[in-house]
Amino acid sequence: MAETKTVGKGVRKKDALGLLLGRPAFVEDVTPRDCLVVKVLRSPHAHALIRSIRTDLATKVPGMVAVYTYEDVPRQRFTIAGQTYPEPSPYDRLILDRRLRFVGDAVAILAGESEAAVDKAMKLVKVDYEVLPAVLDPHTALDNPVLVHPEDDWRALCAVGADNRRNLCASDRCGDGDVDAVLADCDVVVDHVWHTKPCQQAMMETFRTYTEIDPYGRLHVVSSTQIVFHVRRILAQALGIPKSKIHVEKPRIGGGFGAKQTAVCEVYPAFVTWKTGRPAHIVYTRQECQTAGSPRHEMEVHVRLGASKQGKIRALDVYTLSNTGAYSEHGPTTVGLSGHKSIPLYTGGLEAFRFAYDVVYTNVQAAGAYRGYGATQGIFAVESAVNELADRLGVDPVALREQNMVREGMRMPAYYNEPANACALDRCMARCKDLFGWDEKFPVRDMGNGKVRAAGVAMAMQGSGISGVDVGSATVRLGDDGIYNLVIGAADMGTGCDTILAQMVAECMDCDVDNVAVFGADTDASPYDSGSYASSTTYVTGKAVERACTQLKTQLCALAAKGFGCTPEEVEFTGDAVRRLDGSASVPLADLATRAMCNNTTAVQATCTHSSPISPPPFMVGMAEIELDKETGSVTVLDYKAVVDCGTPVNPNLARVQTEGGIVQGIGMALFEDVHYTPAGRILENSLMQYKIPTRLDMGHLQVEFEASYEPTGPFGAKSIGEIVINTPAPAIAHAVFRATGTWFRDLPITPEKVYTALHAQP
Amino acid sequence: MEIQLKLNGRPLRAAVEPGTLLLDFVRAHGCASVKRGCETSNCGLCTVLLDGKPVLSCSVLAARADGCEVQTLEGLQAEAEAFVAFIADQGAEQCGFCNPGYVMNTIALLRENPDPTDDEIRAYLAGNLCRCSGYEGQLRGIRAFLDARGPAKEGHHG
Repeated sequence: MAETKTVGKGVRKKDALGLLLGRPAFVEDVTPRDCLVVKVLRSPHAHALIRSIRTDLATKVPGMVAVYTYEDVPRQRFTIAGQTYPEPSPYDRLILDRRLRFVGDAVAILAGESEAAVDKAMKLVKVDYEVLPAVLDPHTALDNPVLVHPEDDWRALCAVGADNRRNLCASDRCGDGDVDAVLADCDVVVDHVWHTKPCQQAMMETFRTYTEIDPYGRLHVVSSTQIVFHVRRILAQALGIPKSKIHVEKPRIGGGFGAKQTAVCEVYPAFVTWKTGRPAHIVYTRQECQTAGSPRHEMEVHVRLGASKQGKIRALDVYTLSNTGAYSEHGPTTVGLSGHKSIPLYTGGLEAFRFAYDVVYTNVQAAGAYRGYGATQGIFAVESAVNELADRLGVDPVALREQNMVREGMRMPAYYNEPANACALDRCMARCKDLFGWDEKFPVRDMGNGKVRAAGVAMAMQGSGISGVDVGSATVRLGDDGIYNLVIGAADMGTGCDTILAQMVAECMDCDVDNVAVFGADTDASPYDSGSYASSTTYVTGKAVERACTQLKTQLCALAAKGFGCTPEEVEFTGDAVRRLDGSASVPLADLATRAMCNNTTAVQATCTHSSPISPPPFMVGMAEIELDKETGSVTVLDYKAVVDCGTPVNPNLARVQTEGGIVQGIGMALFEDVHYTPAGRILENSLMQYKIPTRLDMGHLQVEFEASYEPTGPFGAKSIGEIVINTPAPAIAHAVFRATGTWFRDLPITPEKVYTALHAQP
Repeated sequence: MEIQLKLNGRPLRAAVEPGTLLLDFVRAHGCASVKRGCETSNCGLCTVLLDGKPVLSCSVLAARADGCEVQTLEGLQAEAEAFVAFIADQGAEQCGFCNPGYVMNTIALLRENPDPTDDEIRAYLAGNLCRCSGYEGQLRGIRAFLDARGPAKEGHHG
């Protein structure tokens, strides 16, 4: 790779100091406080029909402006999943419905001039519910006589194998080779079921949206969202109004992790503002986030892994049962990753694979998109199966992986036959092994004080954008004095895409990154971008930035050549100037910018749109050392080492912090973050008091390194990093816990009570 | 009821409801840095200094601040500027929503203990949740600041 000046440097994030100094940046900070407060009355029942609903008393509360029920809303169904149209997620929602499908489903929308008025009115809405039997167990959902979506106007736009008459949100199967025959011929078959919970993203800023009617009579939406363009379409569908009437922008976002790839709350204030003409906002409580948000899909992943005595992994058969809950958001797509991003890790000697799944509706909180999508769940299962195989064969799990892993240049049948153009997984493993001290730490060590130390390992992959679907665009233009404006439709949710895309402009235009002003995302001003999800921004939008810069340079050369009276071929762009190749003339960039604003017909603004037919996987290895207390069953992570191949790390600082953040989220998923329902379907962990995300005392010491590869289709060789980083902790920690206890924990999280119970059940 | 307090050095007299939380009060008085992340006193985002001591403003009534001095990050910009650039150099601000809370608590920590060890930093900031950074980069930033500054002068120890 050519020497770079800005790409590959740990440039400080453009908004870093403003954020660290608490300057106003988020939805609530930058929108008027003086607006209607919108809240949602939520169902106390997992499944019910509204027999009658009285709002007269609530409406009379001083300060109340409106109370809306299912009788007031448009009748066309839509999805709130932020996906490219036609969305794979079936259209199964109304803004408010007569049928309530989970504890927390929306019953009524209340809008008032103060929170106190709305809270008081909330208690005065009188609802007569016809409580119905609920489907709470995903195992019994398929073909259950109780239907979550019996309505006739339920609609699947894509052929995802959905059937609302069977509680089926999606189903499919695919494969390569005769998996049953190969499994029958294997010396060892590991055959188990792994289970993961509907974990919450728990971004620090809860869902929130502000809406108003602008001076042109359009609906102006300021929302904490990863997907401004999808929100515009979703609101147009939900409200039944033209998209031209809607303008969506995002300010700074207080964390997303996929939660804000679903329009969870936008529709409520938008409806209020459209009906009343008045500014309104909604701010979800943490409890609403925990109970009416958009968490990870609960999945049960059945893996049958077959290998030879010599440790060759020959067949993988994966079946996933995914629970989408009451609505379809991301149901048909998350599940695909549970197989397509776990099986290809073992492309090495794989002779056959099969991957099948069912995604079912149940009467619990609807799931959605969460960093890793379904890969996290699938990798927990497949990586655990591989660790179990190593144990059964009595071989080192690192060596077993080295024997079977995917390598650069291979084509991956289980990954849509896409190529591993750039793959440093082997180097990640070798480096991580050294960094961690695998050979010293893998043997179980009894500390003599009731505590045991042990280690575990896992690999992971993800994608970089959705192949053949995701669109990224960038506009780059030259302004006064030779500054550049970069306008994007991707949403920086804290991860720093505004900065890394500016680094790419700086690299292409040979200027300082401070000379690049970034703006986005805004549906009126930004070029179209699918949004910031699916690990797409660096890889897809980044390529659009690179191409836009190339085009802009051509324009600058044309403009300068005109002034020189020569052809564009006779000049070159040098960063701060354009010069004639023969050295006879040169025009500084600032002068060119001035010239572009007077009697000029050559654009100095380029917009490029990019999409990729492939989704090059980043790869990663994680190793965990734990200490397990045999007396209490508690597990402490002491040390976590990870080595990541994200192609070229465009900004190693930001890549490192994302990796560390993802690992800690993964540790939370592995050990703490639990979700239980009461028999009536109510979630117990409805606050951060019960839903334990890791604190800085729960994560041990982290160390992250990068093994660069060079992805030829990515900008500057980059792939992605956003999602993969959450995938290794669960299998690596479960492996370490097995080493310490002799018990495989296949049901997350691995809580002290589960460990204690297992230890004491042993003879 | 009416309360009198000093908010970021400025005397303030205001009418509040008895149940008004200090968090809502300071936000209504222009201190947008103070964030709410939960309803259960678990996240630390709303940390302010009440008579110099860090408190969770979601769990303190505005009435309780009567006669007190309340400081938010808006009022402690210079003190924060001394070290936050080191955190920015790690990229550990990330989304930024939790930043004001832990920056306030770091100010309180450094006033109490100008030369904290890494474990003391972890323990003091344990109540400040962050979902983006994995905490390690925040620690590296604070450590880099302490190393660049050198040992605190004698007599500054609380």
